[in-house]
Amino acid sequence: MTVIIRGRVWKYGDNINTDIISPGQFMSLPIEKQAEHAMSAIDPKFSKKVKPGDILVAGNNFGSGSSRETAQMVLKHLQVGAIVACSFARIFYRNSINVGLPVVEMEDTSVIKEGEELEIDLLAGRIINHTQTSEYKGTKLPEHLIEMVELGGLEPYLAKRLAGDNL
Amino acid sequence: MGMTMSEKILAKASRRSEVKAGEIVWVKVDIAMMHDLLGPWLVDGAFKRLGGKLFDKEKVVVVSDHCTPPATVHQADILKCTRDWARLQELSYYYEFEGPCHQVIAEHGHVRPGRLILGTDSHTCMAGGLGAFATGIGSTEMVGVLLTGETWLKVPETIKVIWEGKLPEGVYSKDIVLKTIKDLGHAGATYQTLEFSGTAIEGLSIDDRFVLSNMAVEAGAKTGLIKTDEKVIDYLRSRGITEEIELIHSDPDASYSRVLQYNASELEPQVACPHEVDNVHGISAVEGISVDQVYLGSCTNGRISDLRTAAEILKGKKVSKNIRCLVVPASQHIWMEANKEGILDVLTEAGCIVNMPSCGACGGFTSGVIGAGEVVMSSSNRNFRGRMGSPNGEVYLGSPATVAATAIEGRIADPRNYLMKEVY
Repeated sequence: MTVIIRGRVWKYGDNINTDIISPGQFMSLPIEKQAEHAMSAIDPKFSKKVKPGDILVAGNNFGSGSSRETAQMVLKHLQVGAIVACSFARIFYRNSINVGLPVVEMEDTSVIKEGEELEIDLLAGRIINHTQTSEYKGTKLPEHLIEMVELGGLEPYLAKRLAGDNL
Repeated sequence: MGMTMSEKILAKASRRSEVKAGEIVWVKVDIAMMHDLLGPWLVDGAFKRLGGKLFDKEKVVVVSDHCTPPATVHQADILKCTRDWARLQELSYYYEFEGPCHQVIAEHGHVRPGRLILGTDSHTCMAGGLGAFATGIGSTEMVGVLLTGETWLKVPETIKVIWEGKLPEGVYSKDIVLKTIKDLGHAGATYQTLEFSGTAIEGLSIDDRFVLSNMAVEAGAKTGLIKTDEKVIDYLRSRGITEEIELIHSDPDASYSRVLQYNASELEPQVACPHEVDNVHGISAVEGISVDQVYLGSCTNGRISDLRTAAEILKGKKVSKNIRCLVVPASQHIWMEANKEGILDVLTEAGCIVNMPSCGACGGFTSGVIGAGEVVMSSSNRNFRGRMGSPNGEVYLGSPATVAATAIEGRIADPRNYLMKEVY
């Protein structure tokens, strides 16, 4: 996983749940087809307008609901660079780290506006707003996860562990 | 300082005598559960790349329930992939067309007090009704579990939710959990365990306790737990489990992050309104809202006691002509019990449509999804926008009794009007 991410902001509110990110009615489709419907319940044009590296900024409880990793898969397919939110739902946060989708918590995301340019240092927990030339503090990754994030997620971490490296 | 149920189970799973909330521990998994929609078709690629050898064929349980019966070719393909994978891996336990996974693994004895159960579904926490520490994980994490039988977990703090007293007639465990979620908020228990206790909880059947543990995740909780007692043993014995069962409960001096206290006797039927599970109101605030469909089923509230309650209300009555009433027993076993008791006849005569056990329309997958502008009153667990089909539909959640009363009137109705003995 890249530890420095730079991209344009798409702004959303609280409780962006997994049924919004990855609607159940499309979950049996191939991921590229599911991705066309990502966020469509609240933002029908999302999959068309989002560009590689763009950053989603939201309020509280991002990713609540299901354990479906299709939520991460569609966002990764659309090459979303990172998600910044005031808080994340537990399973979503864990899944994101496992698949290498950068997630950062920040106390008050209301200061960030749609269309602004952010740069995130994942390991330092630092968020720079290039549009406003301001800097915010994000929560740092828990220490025991840093190596997993640096390796790119759970799969490479497991590969290393299974190869006998004592992690 | 004593330990909570969560600390005790995670201490055992990490082969330690004691753990404390906040610690990160490596745990050994007792049961790894996957269902069709978030199972083999998503995990097999990484699983194979990493060697493709299961840690223990006896501890991996797969249940096909989301794509059953398949409504599209894609669903049929996923189902076939799941079935083929279970056969190829020579799994000891593969179930399909039997009903939602959480009910199926409970009925087949995979859920026991003190076990650590991880599943690729957020409602895996339902197993806490029998005293197992159970939580949902993603497909990638499941790959690691399948290969090693281990993962890391942070020992959660516990919120104690005490309900004392006796529930009034027409008020059920669904109303208890909706009221609790309303007060906690949908993220109020994030990273924590919800532990339900008190005389009202002790008085509940295992069926009704499952409703509480099932919906713990709707307050963001990692799991929902209930102190185990003789009812747990009776349940497991009735499911053919003969081994010794060790009961588990929190120590009296265990530490809690928060304690909520309620009097069950004051509770009225509760309804979660669109589009959040914590948007909960007393029945009087929503009575009279027109619906197009009612849905009695799901891993939350499709059990035999739920069907009995609905049958009691619908016996000799008719479902409103303006609506569809879908009934989905939560397992084949429940379907058979309901059939033997004549409940399916009562419901069918009233005008209900009885579907086969599956996740069905609860998650917008098969059999009864809704269109734009349609309104559903459902006994299931989630009412997010688009959850049961169109993002322009609306889902209300309530107890099976509220669902049954609503079926009669075609509008959200107070079940107490159909259950209360008139007093003169």
